[in-house]
Amino acid sequence: MIPELGHISLIIAFVLAIGLTVIPFWGSFRTNVAAMNLAPSLAVGILVFTATAFGLLATSFLQDDFSVAVVAANSNSLLPPIFKFSALWGNHEGSLLLWVLILSTWMTAVAFLCRVLPLTMIARVLSVMGLIAVGFLAFSLLTSNPFERLLPNTPLDGSDLNPLLQDPGLIIHPPLLYMGYVGLSVPFAFAIAALIGGRLDASWARWSRPWTNVAWGFLTLGIMLGSWWAYYELGWGGWWFWDPVENASFMPWLMGTALVHSLAVTEKRGVFRSWTVLLAIFAFSLSLLGTFLVRSGVLTSVHAFAADPERGLFILVFLALVVGGSLLLYALRAPAVASRVEYNVISRESLLMVNNLVFTVAATIVLLGTLFPLVMDAFSLGKYSVGPPYFNAVFVPLMALLMPFMSIGPISRWRQDSPRRWLHELLVPAIAMAALAPLLSMMLFDFNLWVALAVLLAGWVTLGVLRDVWRRLAVGGSGGLQWQRLSPSFLGMTFAHIGFAAVVLGAVVVTQHSEEQDLRMTEGQSAELGGYRFEMTHISQEPGANYVADQATFVVSYDDKIIATLVPEKRRYLASGQVMTEAAIDAGILRDLYIALGEPIGERAWAVRLQYKPMVRWLWIGAFLIGFGALLTSLDRRYRVQVVSGQEPSPVKGQGLGFAR
Amino acid sequence: MHPLRKQRLYGVSLIVLLSSAAIGLVAFALRDNINLFYPPSEVAAGNAPADRNIRLGGMVVEGSIERSETSLATQFLVTDYEASVSVRYTGILPDLFAEGQGVVAEGRLNASRELIATQILAKHDENYMPPEVAAALEGKSSAPADSLLP
Repeated sequence: MIPELGHISLIIAFVLAIGLTVIPFWGSFRTNVAAMNLAPSLAVGILVFTATAFGLLATSFLQDDFSVAVVAANSNSLLPPIFKFSALWGNHEGSLLLWVLILSTWMTAVAFLCRVLPLTMIARVLSVMGLIAVGFLAFSLLTSNPFERLLPNTPLDGSDLNPLLQDPGLIIHPPLLYMGYVGLSVPFAFAIAALIGGRLDASWARWSRPWTNVAWGFLTLGIMLGSWWAYYELGWGGWWFWDPVENASFMPWLMGTALVHSLAVTEKRGVFRSWTVLLAIFAFSLSLLGTFLVRSGVLTSVHAFAADPERGLFILVFLALVVGGSLLLYALRAPAVASRVEYNVISRESLLMVNNLVFTVAATIVLLGTLFPLVMDAFSLGKYSVGPPYFNAVFVPLMALLMPFMSIGPISRWRQDSPRRWLHELLVPAIAMAALAPLLSMMLFDFNLWVALAVLLAGWVTLGVLRDVWRRLAVGGSGGLQWQRLSPSFLGMTFAHIGFAAVVLGAVVVTQHSEEQDLRMTEGQSAELGGYRFEMTHISQEPGANYVADQATFVVSYDDKIIATLVPEKRRYLASGQVMTEAAIDAGILRDLYIALGEPIGERAWAVRLQYKPMVRWLWIGAFLIGFGALLTSLDRRYRVQVVSGQEPSPVKGQGLGFAR
Repeated sequence: MHPLRKQRLYGVSLIVLLSSAAIGLVAFALRDNINLFYPPSEVAAGNAPADRNIRLGGMVVEGSIERSETSLATQFLVTDYEASVSVRYTGILPDLFAEGQGVVAEGRLNASRELIATQILAKHDENYMPPEVAAALEGKSSAPADSLLP
């Protein structure tokens, strides 16, 4: 009964989504207030019914209802309850339901938080989002119904959740990532609504900016968690593989990064308008493309739950319609919204244009590398794979090109600035970093040119940002520090830029200075790595909740002082018989020690991988700062300024020049 | 020149400059960083190049895995049921690597046409088969791949 109720809820949500797509949209052209006023209630209705469907599916999982196909395939009576719950989105059908749930959450949030917007605008925005919901609900209902039953051949027990996914990281990684993916539909909907209405001004940018920042922040956190999870759970200590599925989430992130910065220019100066709209369309299109890549089974990956051509075709057609439709609309309407505001070449606008170019080029390059094998395959020109060397060769120089500008950007002025002023502001950081870079990189590790360069660039960005913080605090010269000048949006930017510097530094150091050894070890044997001594003291076998684990105990010492006892495991899961590596990590701010067991070799000996990973944590700490910063910016007071419906908000003081020409 | 045109000129030249740099980098990076996939029968027939990285995919032949007692060296046969190729690998094998299961090995062929693998990829779960391997096992590796579209 419960699954049927869930199915019915999903169908009701689908019908409501069709209503949301059609009625308010129609009303917005007929200026039918009643029809437009329906939009928020319909959005809430969709949320209620998808949440009901989601709750009912969760109930089926928790009650071990193995007559439901998804539950039987992805859960097991021995599975701990928390994993039974997260197993809901550890599969194709369930994760799609989560996608729809999050989309309807965003819709409801827009409906509530944007009540101050002009009614036609909000009606159109919600209609566009409703259309996306129609697509995904249809996809769920027609090709991947999560409530499908296995009757009458109900299995006695489920075939278990993939052990890789039995991890706390998986409980939050997909929801966060989806918050980001789906959240990019909000700026997309705003962009489409603006194109339809032909109204694309600074207030439009101000409305969509906090949504974009929040979505992009969640996307950052989701990607960070995915990278962290891959590091400790996939077992081999890598943190980024340029795997197509990682790329699928990274491309919208790169495009989103460009969008976040371009929106800043559009809001403050009213320029880059049509470009910003295009970026909003691209960012969400890449989200959809990512969904297609991940969900259609064309890729070989952990995330490819099932290869079903029908599903692939459905998303491909949907993708073509959304991208094609919005680009067509853009082509027809963009000239009407183009801006005519002038700015000098030496200005903040130009620097942000550099950012935009670098990030769109980076996204294009990742797209090229990701799609190349698929395209070659589709035209039967051979089966290729594009590996990390390609991505590194192209991506690393691009980021290195970006960083010198990152310090200048925040301190530069809109419209017109002078290199002389930049020099005046940044001379001290520049000299300080040039002197410190070789020193710092030598102090921590042996001298390495790449690390020294990374320290130089990361330090340059950080000091530049801090210089800007100081400039704001000490303004006025009255002696006291002006803390209130540090607005949430400024602080958010500061955190994000420092976070970016930390990621770059962590990535370069861990790449350059990691040490790794694969060897065969027996009880009592020891090995040296990175100055640390690893002794395997004993091997044992321990039972777990739904698995049996072979454990090896290692005592790690440095200069004859014992630092840690690490117990890596090799687990055999009872339900599926699948074997999993559970690495043991001694984490630290400057280095991680990482031990993973390979396979048993002969009598009481194991293949063991020992790793020394310096500063690997900086990657995730940095990415966390970026995501946190992005979320923080949305708290800025200027986004909460109440706008009387239908009336233009007054421009922020001192920045009103050149608005809306 | 009109300031607006001047501004556009700078913008356009920046775009041209950056994208040509990017295209150059891409071309350079693609030159030897892409691996072509070959099923065992193609390798056995001598159609695979020896001077560059390739990917080999198929099933691990039952009973063919030989492990060294003293090091992490392993040797096994990969087959598409038409021909088999010997693969040598030193290091830790993935958890789901097993006899009779699908595998993708990446590396170079040596003089005796054995693959010296630098990386071994196995499936991610019990039921999943890498699409390349599935296609190779259908015995029509170069036929149009039906994995992208039905």
